[in-house]
Amino acid sequence: MRRFGAVLAVAAVALAAGCGSGGGDGGDAGSGENGQPVKLRFLSLAWQKESIEANKQIVAEWNSANPKIQVEYVQGSWDNVNDQLVTSFEAGDPPDVIHDDSPALSSFASRGFLLDLTGKVPAELKNDIPQAAWDTVTFSDGKSGQGVYGVPFLQESQVLIANRKLLDGAGVRVPTPDAPWTWDEFADVAKKLTKKGAYGVAWPMKSPVNKVLNLALNFGGTFFETRDGKTTVKAGPQEREVLRRIHDQLYTDKSADPSALGMGTADPLPGFFAGKYAILPAGVYLRQQVAEQAPSGFEWVTLPPLKGVTSQQGAVSQTLSVAADSEHPDEALKFIAYFLNGPNQAKLAKGDWLLPTSTTAAKDPALTTEENGWDVATASAKNLVVAPFLKVNGYDEWKSKVATPAMQEYFADKISLDELATRLVEEGNKVLERYSR
Amino acid sequence: MRTDMTRALRYLALLGYVVFLAFPLLWLLSTALKTPQEMAALDPAWIPRRPTLANFADAFGEQDLVGAALRSLVVAVATALITVALALPAAYALARHRGAAGRVAIGWVLVSQVFPVVLVIIPLFMVLRRLELVNTLAGLTVVHVTFVMPFALWMLRGYVRAVPRELEEAAAVDGAGRLRALAAVVAPLLAPGVVATLLFGFISSWNEFLFALVILKDPEVETLPLTLVRFVGPEGVARLGPLAAASLLATVPSLVFFAIIQRRLRSGLMAGAVKG
Repeated sequence: MRRFGAVLAVAAVALAAGCGSGGGDGGDAGSGENGQPVKLRFLSLAWQKESIEANKQIVAEWNSANPKIQVEYVQGSWDNVNDQLVTSFEAGDPPDVIHDDSPALSSFASRGFLLDLTGKVPAELKNDIPQAAWDTVTFSDGKSGQGVYGVPFLQESQVLIANRKLLDGAGVRVPTPDAPWTWDEFADVAKKLTKKGAYGVAWPMKSPVNKVLNLALNFGGTFFETRDGKTTVKAGPQEREVLRRIHDQLYTDKSADPSALGMGTADPLPGFFAGKYAILPAGVYLRQQVAEQAPSGFEWVTLPPLKGVTSQQGAVSQTLSVAADSEHPDEALKFIAYFLNGPNQAKLAKGDWLLPTSTTAAKDPALTTEENGWDVATASAKNLVVAPFLKVNGYDEWKSKVATPAMQEYFADKISLDELATRLVEEGNKVLERYSR
Repeated sequence: MRTDMTRALRYLALLGYVVFLAFPLLWLLSTALKTPQEMAALDPAWIPRRPTLANFADAFGEQDLVGAALRSLVVAVATALITVALALPAAYALARHRGAAGRVAIGWVLVSQVFPVVLVIIPLFMVLRRLELVNTLAGLTVVHVTFVMPFALWMLRGYVRAVPRELEEAAAVDGAGRLRALAAVVAPLLAPGVVATLLFGFISSWNEFLFALVILKDPEVETLPLTLVRFVGPEGVARLGPLAAASLLATVPSLVFFAIIQRRLRSGLMAGAVKG
């Protein structure tokens, strides 16, 4: 009894101490008046070890060089950042500087939550990032105009990660960025690599939509078209091509493992390391996990994006934005300009194993080395164009309610390609209709 | 012979159940001690071939796990205590006075459970902001108490109703006043229920994520669930090693709290039996 009482007493004391420790309401980012430094809150979504280190290092360098503008590093998480932001925006208490990805910015921009950065980004940073990347952060302002609602700094392309020994053993050509595999050649290679108990390729399709839509651009498939201000879904021959080819690998060629369909992006890695799959189509960031988890002696290689009519892929960006409610937007922009300068972008790209948008950063020797496929990954950035779905109001609902279940059924061979196309278009247009009213 | 057989089967079933319950914890421990290569093996092994503490070093080096755990502990213990302190008298009143008002009150308590959290989270945030409780553990505790209270009230009402009213009447006949009867007769019998409710309040608060995510904004005040999610990246890709190491830490206070509470649960039961 005495011990129990002691525990309660300790808890009560700790509560008293803890309740006092929070301080403030979180809404005051610092006034900058009376000689006090301006305080900015920076919500970062870095999660890999090297990336967190790079973020913290850059923030520390900034804080040391700018005693009058102090930045507090707050780590968020990708899983729930948009829930966190919506409540912060609605309650008028958002972080000053916000890390997110470009698809999320569209709705925040149209609701007036983000600052329009048009004409505000310093020329040096503006000119260092190609227009194609700026297009990924240019959205409707919710009235009649367009604005720039973030600074794009990291991008992802889809590459192939392959077991080098299996490729060499099968005597297939190893593609280069200048001479990538075509989809036909890829299909032939996957068949050659398929043997008893081992498949040429694994398509993890737990979240198939973005992957399919980004790759569909290889054949000019856009999935959406806008006429007279009205956006509709289309699923014609160009949109169907990648869908059909993946399905063929699964059920006609049998060169892709159907049991990998329900997997997330990183889930096939154990099978890949064990030689069960020879090739993994994946985002460039997966190289980090391959490098970290591969058994010793395992030889792997990064292969460039596939080519259809072109090698174009839909791009989305990771971005830094400024909250419209920030009390210190100018200081926030100054911090962003520093945080995303060429050398810093190179650090961030290395930390996240992604591609920098900065042309200066892309020339960093560490991002063009052959080690861990950086040369191939960085070269793939030239194929990135703005993803057509990025500008579609209602895309998220179409994706979750219509496209994801329909594509999963199609890849599970439960519905035909025609039926898939019908559902994507008919059910999809009903969704988009609501957003255009 | 048959008795021995039955006993053996019973122990076997019990052992199976214990293994089943312990499986997640043992797997968590195994994962936390593995190298990235072992974690990515196609045939996972129970016992790491080359156990490493690197995952613990990464987890503790990158995040303030101990601080977050202490803050979670403060909020969870406070939530459990305050909830029971407030709910117990109300539960007693609702259990003993069975008028129309009581039925309406308990009905309203149940109805309050059907509102989805997302519906209230923004208004709640604004209220807390006005009270200057955003970004404080006190604010989070208030919210946790508010959301644990209805079910705690419901639980405690059931325990109070299970104590025969005749025992209080008998105590009164023996000359005990109302407070004395409550303290000497009812309280010991309610102890197991109180302890169970404390446990419910603690675990609800300890695991709570969404309110903490919205209310706590600075790293200096964040609780453990917020820290754990930092090891998860986009599309559900996670850094399994540090996540397992950190999650292992997250389970320890719950286990310790349960061990303490469980002894009270047993003694409370026995006390109730003697008094009854």
